[in-house]
This record gives sequence, C-alpha cells and structure tokens, in this order.
Amino acid sequence: MNSNARHERWIAFAMILPSIILLAIFVYGFIGWTGLVSVSKWDGIQPDYTFVGLDNYRQLFSRVAGGIAATRFYTGLWNTFFFTIFFLLLCVGFGLLLAILLDQKVKGEGIFRTIYLFPMAISFVVTGVVWQWIFAPGTESRPRGINALLGQLGLEHLKWGWYTDPTAIGPFHVALIPVFIAAAWQMIGYTMAMYLAGLRAIPDDLREAGRVDGASGIGVYRHIVMPLLRPITFSALIVLGHISLKIFDLIYTMTGKGPAFATDVPGIFMFETTFQGNHYAQGAAISVIMLLMVALVIIPYLIYSFRQEVEL
Amino acid sequence: MSKKLLWLTTLLVILALSLVACGSTTTTETEAPAEEAAEPTEEAAAPVEEEAAPAEGANQLEFFSWWTAGGEADGLNAMYEVFKQQYPDIEIVNATVAGGAGSNAKAVLATRMQAGDPPDSFQVHAGHELIDTWVVADKMEPVTFIFEENGWMDVYPADVIDILSYNGEIWSVPVNIHRSNVAWFNPQLFADNGLEYPKTFDDFFAAAETLQAAGVTPLALGDNGIWASTQLLETVLLGTLGPDGYRGLWTGETDWNSAEVTTALETFAHMLDYVNEDHAALSWDQAAQMVADGDAAMTVMGDWANGYFTSIGLAPGEGYGYAPSPSTEGTFMMLSDTFSLPQNAPHRENAIKWLTLAGSKEGQDAFNPLKGSISPRSDSDRSLYDAYLQSAMDDFASNEITPSLAHGAAASEGWVTAFNDVMTLFVTDRDVAAAQAGMAQACVDAGVCGQ
Repeated sequence: MNSNARHERWIAFAMILPSIILLAIFVYGFIGWTGLVSVSKWDGIQPDYTFVGLDNYRQLFSRVAGGIAATRFYTGLWNTFFFTIFFLLLCVGFGLLLAILLDQKVKGEGIFRTIYLFPMAISFVVTGVVWQWIFAPGTESRPRGINALLGQLGLEHLKWGWYTDPTAIGPFHVALIPVFIAAAWQMIGYTMAMYLAGLRAIPDDLREAGRVDGASGIGVYRHIVMPLLRPITFSALIVLGHISLKIFDLIYTMTGKGPAFATDVPGIFMFETTFQGNHYAQGAAISVIMLLMVALVIIPYLIYSFRQEVEL
Repeated sequence: MSKKLLWLTTLLVILALSLVACGSTTTTETEAPAEEAAEPTEEAAAPVEEEAAPAEGANQLEFFSWWTAGGEADGLNAMYEVFKQQYPDIEIVNATVAGGAGSNAKAVLATRMQAGDPPDSFQVHAGHELIDTWVVADKMEPVTFIFEENGWMDVYPADVIDILSYNGEIWSVPVNIHRSNVAWFNPQLFADNGLEYPKTFDDFFAAAETLQAAGVTPLALGDNGIWASTQLLETVLLGTLGPDGYRGLWTGETDWNSAEVTTALETFAHMLDYVNEDHAALSWDQAAQMVADGDAAMTVMGDWANGYFTSIGLAPGEGYGYAPSPSTEGTFMMLSDTFSLPQNAPHRENAIKWLTLAGSKEGQDAFNPLKGSISPRSDSDRSLYDAYLQSAMDDFASNEITPSLAHGAAASEGWVTAFNDVMTLFVTDRDVAAAQAGMAQACVDAGVCGQ
C-alpha cells in the first residue's frame, strides 16, 4: 500500500467518523438505554433505574386475573402478524399486477404511473384520517362513508361495521381489513415502481428467446420474468415488512386501538403506556420486543445483501 | 473526481456548522434587544428609571398549553391580552403543542421536564394528573403563597382547593371548571314522544325503550379514543354509588368488588344497548351532532358540548336541552384546567405574575366565557356568561363536588390509562365480572387499594 492510498483511506475514515459517532450515540446508545430502562423499575415521571430483571416482560406475556396488559399485548402481536401478512400480499400482488399492465407499453403510461405512485407521497397520518372517514360505518338509518356509497349502489348486503366491528375469527379481527386496505392503498404504488424498474431491466432478448423456444405469454412470465424479479420481491418484502411491523401513525390516526383492541398494535400500546400512563419501563420493554421483531426480518436481509456485495 | 467530492462535502460540513453557529447567535440576539432597549431609556429619559429596571436578560414568559383552536384558544388569547396590558415589556412565548386532550403535548412536556428544561408555566388538569405525575416526582413548586397573598382562600371553594392540594400545599392555579355529568338532549324528540327528560336510571331505560321503538337512537356516544365511555361510566358510578361512595373509589374506601359497583357496571352495560352502533368511529362532537340533528335523543358529555351546540347555531333550551346525567342531580362532577409553577422555571417572577393574573377575577372572566367554562371563583361576573354557564354556576355553588376520572381529577394518569384499557374490552364484550376484576386490579396496581 503506497502512502497515497493510505492517505485516502484515512480521509475516507475521517469522513464517515461523524456519522459513526452520531449513530453510536443516537441509535445504538439509545437502544442500549431503552434496554436498560426495560429491566428497571421506572414507573412515573421520575427515572428509577432499580434493576427488576424481566418483570416488565413477564407482565406483557403472562396473563393474570384482572390484568389487561398481557391480553392487550397478545392481541397487538396477533394483529401485527395478520396486518403484515395481508399488507404484504396486497402490495406485492397488486403492485406486480399494475407493473405488468403498465409494462404493456400503454398510452399515457406516465400519467398512470404518477397516479399509482401518488399515495406514497402522502403521510400515513393523512391517509389514516381520510380512510377513517371513508370507512366510518354510520348507523342503519344514517350510513356514512363507504356504507352510504354501497347503499346507493344497491349493495345493501355488503354493508358492515368496518373497523368498528369487534368480530374475531380465531385471533384474526375483521376490523383490521379496512386498516390493511388503507395501508396497501398507500404502498402499492411503491411496489409497482420497483417491479416496473425490474421489468424494464429484463432484456427483451431473453423474452424473445423464450418465445422462440415455444413459451406462451403466461409461460414467459412464469419461467423467465418472475424468477428474474425475485430479488425485487425480496427487497419489497423487507422494506414493507419492517414498515408494517412497527406501524403506528396510520393506525393511531385511523382507528386507534379499536373496539376490544381489534386494531391495536404494540406501537400504540407502547405510546399509550409510556406517555399517557407514565409506565416508562413497560413502554421500554415493548420497544425492545418490537426491535427484536424487526431485527428478525432485517438481519437476514443484511446478511443476504452483504453476501451479494462480497460476490460482486 | 473523488477530490472534488471531498471538497464539496467539506464545504457542506462548514456550511452546516456555520448554520448551527448562526442558530445560536440568533438566540442570543433575541436576548440582546431587551438589554439594549433597557439601556437607552435609562439614559434618554432618566425619570422613568423604574420602567427600565426590570429588563434582565430576555424578559419572557414561556407558557405551555395544548389550546390551539376554537374557543379555548380564543380564551387563552384574551388572557394573554390582559397580561400584555399589565406587563407590556414581558414577551409571551406560546409553546403550544396541538392535539386533542393534550396527549401529544403531555409527551413533549414530560420530555422537557425530565431534561430539566421546564417552561415557566404549563397547563395541567387539576387533581391526580397534577399531583401523582408532577408533584410527587418533586418537579413542582407550591403556589399556596399566591393564594394567600391575593386573598383567594376565601373566593375559591374548599372542594376545589382540596383537589389541588397535597401535603398541605396548593400546587396550581385553577382557571376554569368544567362539568362532566351533563346530559344534552333534543327537546323536540322528547316532546314528540311524550317524554320528560329522565332523572333516574329507571326513567332512562323506560324512555330509551319508547325512543328506540320510535326509531330514534336513545343515547348517542362517540367514544373514538375510549375516554367518552370512561366518562359515561363515571357518571353511572356516581349515580349508583352517590357522591361519597364515588369519591371513595379513588381513595380505597369504596370496595371495587362491591355489589354496588356490579350494579353500576350492569347499568352501564344495559345503557350500551341503546347506543348508536358506530360509536367507536365517532368523536364526542359527532355524537352531539346526532342529537342536534334529531338522530339521537341525548348524549352524556362534558359541558364543552355547550360551546359546540351554540357554535352550530342552536339556542339553549330550544335547540338543545341540558340536565344532570341520570341519577346524578345534586352532584357536580368537576374537572379543571390549571396553570402550574414548575421548579426552576427560567422566568419565575414572570410566571408568578402570570399565575396571579390567571387566578384573578379579571383574568378568569376574560378567559372563561370564551372557553365555555365557568370560573371556580365565587365572585365572577355572571352577566358575562350564557344561560347554560349561569346554571352551571348555580349548581357549582350549591352541589356536592366530585372529581372526574376521565379527565385526570380523580386518579393518576397510570390508573386512568389502565382503566381505559379495561373499558376498551368492556364496551365491546360487556362482561361485567371481567370488567370489575380489571377495575379492582387497576386500583391495586395504582397503589391505592390493598391486594
């Protein structure tokens, strides 16, 4: 290594040093601090770092008579699970469909692309408020929102309570359906854009070669296009997955915790218990669990992309 | 190429740093004019030395509140105006954080207080929200001396001072009184169905049957965010247990597992049979709108609903009626917004001036008619208040006074949060036994009830 290269390396290090320091303090430092609070006795405005072991976690996971925390937390975890599954399916499914349609060299593609992408430019808070109005069911005599529309279309039998309906099928609360529709509405454009970029990156030769070998239109998609889009599906799932695992703003503004916690998620529980109930230690414990959930998704992705970079 | 990039980044860093530096100079600059303004007056006009003297650093008052819209913002601004007239050289820094009943603002406030950066004064609900959150944590300064210096001990009712007190000291200045056990009804609907407004639970259920048969929602509820249900339940608890029994719930004297509480919960669950199905999607004002439109016969809501009804052009007594919620006549369930004095307030002197104004007759009569609440003072000017507020004044002067749970007067914030969680399940599953067990446990967890 000549002195010039060493010099450059030193400069490179100096350049990233500030962000390393900032990350160390404001990300890892605070993660560590949250972990510390989660095993402390801090309950109330005044910090109290007395070590209590895993008591705060135990409260979240063990149901006791009259205790609500565990009931609420389990409901929130289940809701997160179902929300994530359906949100990802809708986004990937419709995103891919829209991308394939747009890829057919339609006229005015730019306009459609903008229309589909536009919801992404809106904050989740705005989406939440608007969809709260849309899905507000109203009453039998005075339906509101989408129920009023269904009534006018003569689709009376499709009316239901939307996010106010506390019905649960097993651990799945039907009130979640409007919520993941709203979330998917916002993010479908994003997956569409990713898929569209992916489709455009596939050389026409490959498709033609497929056709020459006798593949039908669907066959070309199944055997050539889809496998080549796999990395894009993977990235989309990771990006959307971590959004849905820590979703807060959309649900908070749209439905809150919902009837009998039908639309509750750990993020809302964390906010309420910490900043309304002043149970800081319990809030920290929920945060740590949320971090672990997201880590389960992100870490494999990081390993995967790191490996790819090494291969390159 | 990479060198160019390097220079560009360095340039950006320098730019950023200088921006930061500018930021700090602007803050010192805001402090500077006050000093500069003070000095020239001293030299130019020697006789007015007194006026120039108080300028010490930035002469500010930073007040933290979540009143940002509607009548409450108007009321606060009216109080600001009075303050500016009295102290023209004090600059009011309005540290408002918008949003609902202040849950967002409270999160910001907690962070600032914990970081040792308190505002000079902040808005806080009277009672346990003030005491259990801030006073017990040793973050507040008592304001008893302000009460004594201004002779307020005689004009504020003992029940109110009691709710504000802890360890023999008063901890904040109440600026208004709201009542939570009010039923707002549609007089036309009651007349059409040949009904009187129900004074007891039995009358309520009888009237509700008739109304429901007539195709009217008997009771409108908008419990988006659950607190409206908690507030409805507190009025039912009061109606069932009476004022003393109700007060005892929050001190451990009334047993949460008692049969009376069971009765109250059953009454509440039964009431829900007469509530609009979409209550979870509505806010309290949408429920009030149902009453105004004649879709629902009544709604139980705090008396800020009065401001809502007048704002949509209805006249009290004609477009809407009001009465104590069923079985609670003779009791005034109160909540109060108060202004406080944090320890180490940066401009303590100004905060004391502000609190003195906020508790004065002049300040309160400027604020309350606009906010739509009454003054806790017994000597306020009745002519400034509308018909409903005058009737509330009469009741406040003559009734028993009990603290509201849903609005932080009766119990600590942690307790209220736990209670709200119990309510979230109870409103849906209506399981009285489970709700009662949950409420009893919440009392234990709050450290008030024994195991």
